[in-house]
Amino acid sequence: MTNAIAETSPYVPQWAEISRIEQLTNTEKLFELSLLNGRPLGHRPGQFIELSIMGIGEAPISVSSAPSERNTFELAIRKVGNVTSAVQNFKTGQRVGIRGPYGTSFPVEECRGKNILFVAGGIGLVPARSFIHYVLNHRNDYKDIIILFGARNPGERLFLKELEQWANRDDIRYLESVDRPDPNWTGNVGVITTLFPKFQVNPAETYCVVVGPPVMYRFVILEARAKGIPDNRIFVSLERRMKCGLGKCGHCQINDVYVCQDGPVFRYSDITDLKEAL
Amino acid sequence: MNLRIMDKGELKKFVQNLLAHYRVEGVVKNNGAYLYDTIDSPEQLCMDFDCTRYPPKKYFLPPRETLFHFSTSPELEVSPVFESPPQVIFGIHPYDLKAIAILDKVFSKDPPDPHYLKRREASFLIGVDPKRISPHSFWADMGAASVNEGFDLMFTDLEDSYAVEIGSASGETLISTYARTQPATGDEKSKRVTLRTNLYSKSLINGLDFPSYEIPKLLEHSKESPIWRENANKCLSCGACNFVCPTCYCFDVQDEMDLDLKQGTRYRKWDGCLLKDFAKVGSGENFRESRTARYRHRFYRKGLYQLDTLQDFACVGCGRCASACLADIADPVRVFKKLKQEYREGGK
Repeated sequence: MTNAIAETSPYVPQWAEISRIEQLTNTEKLFELSLLNGRPLGHRPGQFIELSIMGIGEAPISVSSAPSERNTFELAIRKVGNVTSAVQNFKTGQRVGIRGPYGTSFPVEECRGKNILFVAGGIGLVPARSFIHYVLNHRNDYKDIIILFGARNPGERLFLKELEQWANRDDIRYLESVDRPDPNWTGNVGVITTLFPKFQVNPAETYCVVVGPPVMYRFVILEARAKGIPDNRIFVSLERRMKCGLGKCGHCQINDVYVCQDGPVFRYSDITDLKEAL
Repeated sequence: MNLRIMDKGELKKFVQNLLAHYRVEGVVKNNGAYLYDTIDSPEQLCMDFDCTRYPPKKYFLPPRETLFHFSTSPELEVSPVFESPPQVIFGIHPYDLKAIAILDKVFSKDPPDPHYLKRREASFLIGVDPKRISPHSFWADMGAASVNEGFDLMFTDLEDSYAVEIGSASGETLISTYARTQPATGDEKSKRVTLRTNLYSKSLINGLDFPSYEIPKLLEHSKESPIWRENANKCLSCGACNFVCPTCYCFDVQDEMDLDLKQGTRYRKWDGCLLKDFAKVGSGENFRESRTARYRHRFYRKGLYQLDTLQDFACVGCGRCASACLADIADPVRVFKKLKQEYREGGK
C-alpha cells in the first residue's frame, strides 16, 4: 500500500467520434472511428477494445482494421446484445467511449517470411481482418497467403467488396464456402473444412490463424494438423465475456487464464491443456 | 515484535476515543448472527465471535460501488468517483486479514485498481485472535491460524488483559494516542504463544486429514471426478458461496441512467461464478452453462488456478461457504477429503 495511487480510473473511457458507417449485412455495421485526442488507437492486429455507450454499458469488440498511420480505426459490430444493438442507431458525428486496446495480438513478427493460412468463420472475419489487412499492406514480407472464409448463408458474408478483391488478386489465394446456399449462390457449399482438400501447403513454412464461432475450432484444427501444421504454429482468437479488460472481474476466465490479458489470441499449443478453451 | 498490554477496562476507552475521531466498523451480534456494522458505542463491539456471516471485504469492494458519474447531454462527460472514508475496522480474524492481503495482491496487480486501493489505504485494520472456532472453519490447514503482518494492531485476549501487537506506524500512532498500554512481560508473551498454539490445534479438529499442499495435485488429478456432477446436481446456482467468500472478488459492471436520461452512473457490483449467466456473452453463447462446470470452476479457482498469481491458495479456511450453502455442497473440507479418498482408492 505504499505506492502512490493513481487519480484516474482505468474504467473511464476515452471518447471517439464516428466518421463513417457502412451497413455490412442485415445485422452488422462497420464503424470508422477516431479518438478525440487525435492520437491513433495504437493497437496491434487481433486486439480488442471495450466499446462504451453511456447509460447502456460496455462490450468487448475486436478491432477490425490494421494499425496504420491514419488516426482512424474500424469496428465491425453485430447486433446481438444491449451495447451492440444500441450502437446500430448511432449516426456519423456521434461519440462513443473506448477503453483499450487490450489483450494479445496475432504473431505479426513471427510469421514474417512464412506462409499464412487464414481460416475465418462468420463474424470471425472481423478480428482476422486486422491481420489480413496488415499482411496485405506488407505483402512482400510474407510468402504464400491463403484465406478461407465460411459463412452460414450468403446473406451473412461480410465485407463483400473486399472478398471480391481478394478473390481477384493473384498474389493471394481466397476460397470461400457457405453452409446453406440460396438460389443465386454459385460458389462452394459446405462447412469451412470442406475447403481444405482444395489447396496444398508446405507445413514446415506455414502458420495457421483460426477465428470463428466456438464450434468451428476443433474441426478446423484437426484439418490444419492433417496438413502437417504443428500446434505451435496454429493461432486462435477466443471469444469470452471480457467485461473489465483488466484481468480482474473474472468473467472471461478459462481455467487459470484471463482471456482479456492472456488472450484473446492464443498459440494453440499453449492451450491444449485448458479444459474449457475450445 | 512490538507487543503491548492493555487492561480489559481500557478497551472501552480506546474504542470511545476512536469513535470521537473515526468511523468505526466492528463485529456486532444481530439476531444470533455476527456481522460487520458501524458501531456508535463500545458496548456494541463483540470481541469473542466465532465467525462473521459475511467477511469484511465489503469495506474495500462494496457490494455496489460507483465507478464514475456521466452525463450525455449537452456534452459527454465523465467524472470518476473515489470514495475512501477514513475508517477503523475493529475485530478482524487472522484468516480474514490473510484474505484482505490476497485481495490487495489482486487489485494492485497491473493495472492497479484505484477504487479498491484508495478505500484500502484509508482503512485501519485491527485484528483479533479468535477465542472460538466456527464448526466449518479449517483455517489452520490453510495457513491462516495467525498472521504476522497485514494489520495495524492485533489483539489477543489473555483473559485478564489484551495483548496488542503493533503492526504498522499508523497502528503505533493509534494506540499511543488513544489508549494506555504497557510493554508485555515475558510471561504475557509466552501466554499469548500458548493460546495461539492451542487455537491452532483446535482448528485442525474440523479440518483436512492430509496436508493442504496436496490440494493442487489432487485437483490436477480430479478433473473427471464424479463428485463435481453429484454435488452440482444439488446446486441451486444461488452464488451464496461466492458472496460470503472473503477472497471472491468477481464483479459485473453496469450502467444506471437517471430519470432525466441525461446523467447516470456506471457501477460495479458483486458477481459470482456459480450464477448461471456468469460466462454468457452477447450472442447468447454461455461458456460455462452447466452447473457442474461452474461448481468445479470455483474449487479449482480456490485450490489451483490462482496459485501462480497469489503464490497461495485463494481459500483461507473460514468455512463461510459451508455455512451459507443451502444445498450443503460447498464445504471445501468435505470436497477435498472426498477427492483425497478417491485418489487413495485409485491406487495412486
